[in-house]
Amino acid sequence: MTALPRNAPQAGVAAKASGRDLLRFLTCGSVDDGKSTLIGRLLVDTGLVPEDQFAAAKRASKDGFDYALLLDGLAAEREQGITIDVAYRYFSTKQRSFIVADSPGHEQFTRNMATGASTSDLAVLLVDARKGLLLQTRRHATIAALMGIRHVILAVNKMDLVQYGEHAFNSVLDEFRPHAEKLGIRVTAIPLSALTGENVVQRAASMPWYSGPTLLAALETIDVVSDAPQKFSFPVQRVSRPNSEFRGYQGTVAGGRVRVGDPVVAIPSGQSSRVQRIVTFDGDLAEASAGDAITITLADEIEAGRGAVLAHPEATPPAVENFTAHLVWMSDAALDTGRDYLLRTPTALAPARVSALRNRLDVVQLAETPAETLAKNDIGLAAITVERPVVADRYADNRRLGSFILVDRMSNETVAAGMVIEPILSTQNVFWQKFDVSREDRTRAKGQMPAIIWLTGPSGAGKSTVANLVEGVLTRAGHHAYVLDGDNVRHGLNRDLGFSAAERTENIRRISEVARILADAGLIVIVAAISPFARDRAAARATAEDVGFYEVFVDTPLEICAKRDPKGLYNRARAGKIGNFTGVSAPYERPDAPDLHLYGDNETPLQEARKVIDLLARKGHIRADA
Amino acid sequence: MSTVANSPLATGVAPIPVRPAHICRIEAEAIHILRETAAEFARPVLLYSIGKDSSVLLHLARKAFYPGPIPFPVVHVDTGWKFREMIAFRDRMAKEIGFELVVHTNPDGVAANINPIEHGATTYTDVMKTQALRQVLAKLGADAAIGGARRDEEKSRAKERIFSARGKGQRWDPKAQRPEPWGLANTRLLPGETMRVFPLSNWTEIDVWEYVRAERIPLVSLYLAAKRPVVRRGESLIMVDDGRFPLAPGEKPEAMSVRFRTLGCYPLTAAIPSTASTLDALITELRNSKLSERQGRLIDGERGDSMEAKKIEGYF
Ligand SMILES: Nc1nc2c(ncn2[C@@H]2O[C@H](COP(=O)(O)OP(=O)(O)O)[C@@H](O)[C@H]2O)c(=O)[nH]1
Repeated sequence: MTALPRNAPQAGVAAKASGRDLLRFLTCGSVDDGKSTLIGRLLVDTGLVPEDQFAAAKRASKDGFDYALLLDGLAAEREQGITIDVAYRYFSTKQRSFIVADSPGHEQFTRNMATGASTSDLAVLLVDARKGLLLQTRRHATIAALMGIRHVILAVNKMDLVQYGEHAFNSVLDEFRPHAEKLGIRVTAIPLSALTGENVVQRAASMPWYSGPTLLAALETIDVVSDAPQKFSFPVQRVSRPNSEFRGYQGTVAGGRVRVGDPVVAIPSGQSSRVQRIVTFDGDLAEASAGDAITITLADEIEAGRGAVLAHPEATPPAVENFTAHLVWMSDAALDTGRDYLLRTPTALAPARVSALRNRLDVVQLAETPAETLAKNDIGLAAITVERPVVADRYADNRRLGSFILVDRMSNETVAAGMVIEPILSTQNVFWQKFDVSREDRTRAKGQMPAIIWLTGPSGAGKSTVANLVEGVLTRAGHHAYVLDGDNVRHGLNRDLGFSAAERTENIRRISEVARILADAGLIVIVAAISPFARDRAAARATAEDVGFYEVFVDTPLEICAKRDPKGLYNRARAGKIGNFTGVSAPYERPDAPDLHLYGDNETPLQEARKVIDLLARKGHIRADA
Repeated sequence: MSTVANSPLATGVAPIPVRPAHICRIEAEAIHILRETAAEFARPVLLYSIGKDSSVLLHLARKAFYPGPIPFPVVHVDTGWKFREMIAFRDRMAKEIGFELVVHTNPDGVAANINPIEHGATTYTDVMKTQALRQVLAKLGADAAIGGARRDEEKSRAKERIFSARGKGQRWDPKAQRPEPWGLANTRLLPGETMRVFPLSNWTEIDVWEYVRAERIPLVSLYLAAKRPVVRRGESLIMVDDGRFPLAPGEKPEAMSVRFRTLGCYPLTAAIPSTASTLDALITELRNSKLSERQGRLIDGERGDSMEAKKIEGYF
């Protein structure tokens, strides 16, 4: 080990510290349940409101003293008389320092509440004892839990207005318990009055039936279960190279602890080394743990720049291109699944898309419903695809490495906050296996050249009918053909997909891949799929690579399709019973230059099928006499 | 010259107390923010006002980049009306610590002889501080300016982001702030935009003083009580730091034991009567104090939201 520049190695910063620690908590609940009053009360009763501020608020109070006036900062908020943005408040007692994320109560500011929760260890959820649980109370509890808060103090407020009755308190608690159980959060319930201060800092004589702690006592003593992961992980923020001798990785420990001599692996390069020194301005450390901002030097030169993660070899976080995540939508512009966003994680900035939106979360009922987009304040479950691998851990395992934001590329607006549910280990660890039998061998054995016939057109245009006839003709002639039907595929392979633009794209992507595999196996593949978007059809052609690919437009006017309506779909779509129905409520992009144009209004299905067979023969895929 | 940490008055400071856990956490957070700024921006600068908050910031920057040097210039906007001790202290720090110091004064303001006495606080602050800051940021091509503002200082600051984007002309739009979940910074800028970065956002005034004490950070001695020549202006005590201060006929500065809770330009910063001549005494006095920190700042007064209005204009 190299010489230590300053003091001898010491224990980690956290171990060195003692005394007052820090609790970050969130205050939330429905508007008017008394949140501002409660915080004002806490600040005043812990002696933290300066006299001049108190006097200014007193002057502005209409009658009595309005504690809320101590808090609302921005002029716009004062004008509207509501709390819009998260405000941070600070107070401390002998036991603890507190950072309070004071979040707005209105439903239209749910996203701000989520932001406040993201850095909090605990939530104080306000309920008006007279009104009981409101939708907003449930909503806030759900979001707090989703953001990783495991402990909630249910502050049952305005007890002075219910004659300090135990019954009112218990009924709120009974109502809340099942919701909390579903969310897996621990609950401490406290009856109090923010206005009078009872059970806030001072114990209330008015509620002898309550023997638990006051709010402040609870805040001072609750042991917040740390979600911090056990194994060491350390995102590199920057590499310090003050001279050719020194190469230090600077960053903050995201989880676990590290000691000098420990083995580490750098993700994504996969190279490994050992910790040589843990450098700080105050001298080298022997070990460091979660939350410490340090500089690490390694025994070997390895590939690890900004964005890399140094981790314990037994618990390396995955670097992936795909993951599923919860998204809290924050922008006025709704989620656009086709759009390119920038993904910002604690370690990386990379172009990304929301490749599919699975569901929207009903945060009140705790139910998931299918959705096509997310509007401001919605929470949804989505699949994210990144242009290159990024480190993404489960949020449940590592709050730091599992969090991200999405940024709009044009406006630079932060449009969403995200939490990784599951990283999807994909191709990076899967190698392409080479096999001896080539496509030429298969072609020779089958006496045909594989091809993909891609039938596109609106529902009811006759794609399946034509496909069925073509397959029949070919099979009877001794050829090997197979129909991939868009509807049928949705019963199995694609049963997780809906009909939003993004899911249609994914539907077609999968069909294209399967078509290509079947063609590679030597078959003539007949795809019958609406495939309404030109770019998806172009992508299918690209996927086919060197396999003959023929886009066949089954061009049947919509009136005729609707009149045929074999599955009764047009009727239901026009009645508004089906959303996103091509030709009714979703677009169909006509092919500009199809390889073959079939006219459903004045050709019979057999004539159409014949034209397809002729095309295959002309292009040399099948024998001319088929 | 005397400073808090090495002044004779401060030698009574007790051995370094063990740092409370919460101080370790906010220190680590500030270091993280400083490193992030250095990594994400092409040309960050650190704004240094010579006060306690910027001194803490400077100290944190040394820690963040150790063993390397502070990788960006340290900028001081000199209004020409700082306390003399502050300027001497600034130059000494630059030499001792070895950072790149850039001092800027608005030349137009100097040419027009804009001063706080004749032109009033509003015009003076706009020309010599706000405009001057814009000039120097433009001159350096700075895309990020790191400042020592804290959220507990003032109500409108309580909602400002750690990474706070400024539009053209350094304006702040409180309604268009980017959310910062998990402290994840969206550091993207459009052409003409710049970023303000506040690593001390989550610090309180007491935190700053406890940290100054624990880390023995040198400060100008004006923060500690001493007998100084002051005159009364309304409710305020103003220190007469040089011959430019206009005294009323027959008026004589009286020697009073005072200290400064914040330091700005001397004619605009009121002193408070105090006998706290050591850091320990100061921290005790602060804990018992019933007045807010900005009470000594004469520019805040009038309207309830004047700080917010100034920030929209680009005041730090
Ligand atoms: N009687 C009574 N009124 C309260 C109590 N807490 C708050 N209030 C009143 O309820 C109203 C809404 O309180 P406020 O703190 O502004 O609610 P917020 O929207 O949650 O911040 C105000 O008129 C308060 O004075 C309480 O404990 N008892």
